[in-house]
Amino acid sequence: MTSGDVKQLVWGAILLALAACVPLVANGYWMSIALTIAMFTVLSTSWALFSGPTHYISLATAAFFGVGGFLVGTGMSDYNTDYWTMVVIASLAGTVLAFLVGLATLRLSGVYFVIFTLGLAEMIRTLVSWIQNNFTGSRGLYVLTDLGEADIYIHLVLVAALVYLAGWWIARSRLGFAMRIIGNDEMVARHVGINTAFSKVILFTFSGFVASLVGALIAPRYTYIEPNGVFSPELSFIVVIMALLGGTGRLWGPIVGVIPFALLQEYINANYSNYSTLVLGIAFLVIVYFLPHGVLGRLEETWAKRRRSTW
Amino acid sequence: MDIIITGLLLGGTYALIAFGLNLQYGVARIMNLANGEMIVLGALAAFWIFVADAISPILTMLIVAPLSFFGNWLIYRFLLRPLVRRAKNQGQLEVDSILATFGMAFALVGIMVSIHGEYYTYSYLAEPFEILGETFALNRIVAFCFAVLIGAALWLWLYFTRTGMAVRAVSVSTEASGLVGINVPQLSAIAFALGGAVTTMGGTLISTFITLDASVGVVFTMKALIIIIMGGVGDIRGAIVAALILGLVETAVARLIDPGLTLAAAYAIFVLILLFRPQGLFGRKPS
Repeated sequence: MTSGDVKQLVWGAILLALAACVPLVANGYWMSIALTIAMFTVLSTSWALFSGPTHYISLATAAFFGVGGFLVGTGMSDYNTDYWTMVVIASLAGTVLAFLVGLATLRLSGVYFVIFTLGLAEMIRTLVSWIQNNFTGSRGLYVLTDLGEADIYIHLVLVAALVYLAGWWIARSRLGFAMRIIGNDEMVARHVGINTAFSKVILFTFSGFVASLVGALIAPRYTYIEPNGVFSPELSFIVVIMALLGGTGRLWGPIVGVIPFALLQEYINANYSNYSTLVLGIAFLVIVYFLPHGVLGRLEETWAKRRRSTW
Repeated sequence: MDIIITGLLLGGTYALIAFGLNLQYGVARIMNLANGEMIVLGALAAFWIFVADAISPILTMLIVAPLSFFGNWLIYRFLLRPLVRRAKNQGQLEVDSILATFGMAFALVGIMVSIHGEYYTYSYLAEPFEILGETFALNRIVAFCFAVLIGAALWLWLYFTRTGMAVRAVSVSTEASGLVGINVPQLSAIAFALGGAVTTMGGTLISTFITLDASVGVVFTMKALIIIIMGGVGDIRGAIVAALILGLVETAVARLIDPGLTLAAAYAIFVLILLFRPQGLFGRKPS
């Protein structure tokens, strides 16, 4: 471990500690925004851990997030299980699902993976609604806890710490090295003896675990869980936009996209809610045509250019 | 028997849509995820013109096709061509085109919601028609017949004209066909535009017997993609068989179990294909 590595860890810890202090100063409206930002920070950072180096665009976030939220709801309403037990079960279920999806699709080329994840949330939603309608009766699922928004926020900051630590470790491990080679040229990776499918499945499973954990942790915020709400496919797209907007080249890239886009969405939903889909579309187009490496990538390019011109 | 015929009729229209996407992905190499929105646009046009002026969707289809051709040509020329040029390899082009067409899909949904936010309900040829002693809705049969006609015309064009041959050459290898003097950028644009036009016509046909709304496009995108993967990319015969299978399975599941489970059924097929025949039904294993 070099001194630079340690410095990064210390800085990360300080910033996270500062983030954990937000509930002390914010309340009501701003607390709720901070919670949204925390949720998307965790989701898009863990998304970028897998999709950043490999360029495999995963749209499965909503599926895992939904599994997390829905299982917590079912467990607590239908089986009277304790909240924390359900959080563990839900995140385990999400992990297993991600592992299976990864096994089925990641051995093949990237397109199959994108297509499979594209409809996954919607498919699980229809399956869940069907089971609810035919077997368990379509009762509403309530998640009643004494956790407030500030508590949930703290939980999410802890998960963020876990994700950042994992990202920091992966970047320095053999796994991270393998991922970068896969991202540059999968053929080369295979020829130098990297088990490409295994590496991809591991990282994808981790991002699935995080997404389902976030879904489970955020469930008390909504109190009332409905499949249509937690499996909303839009979530996956928002996560992709935020991560790409910030830039996936660095571990802290996604949060650069999360904060402005979350605020923008808040504003659009409050004032022009009819246009939220259009805004998502425009965001995608802006990223592809003007910010292919995200805001960070663009800044780094400009810095590099300036340095060259002054020398 | 009822299920088989209804399924085949549905599969015919699916085949037409997959044909369109095959032209776009197989020839122009653009993974077009706004495909479903083109279907919904076709449906919206049919609904709109039918409600306003009571013009038959079949006529609408003839008006919509050239418009869609031109619109898709513009999209390819000004939005996708820069991506093709920028991409260093096929993988990067795929990522870029996926993101760009997602953007287009969302933008189109946003625009269509603002035009008409509810279901596109209208009734056209909802009359009984008898085949082998059982009754079917006439609109399904008409849609199927037109899908077959359009598909046959496309097939003739692909296999018996010079341009068609060039298009097939590009689908085999972009580089090699450029070397033998085929204008690849121009042909890709034509293939993309034609694919879009065919998809839109498919949408107009579907809207005569299925009620759509602005946000349903992504489901059709999924189905078209599943058909193409099942049939093998660029394989028209495979796509037709795959479309018929999907139509049959969906109809069977909808009738026998629950109409809400059609997507799950499509997924089940998808998983089986991915696990056992990722190269497509008739594809050969890559060496």
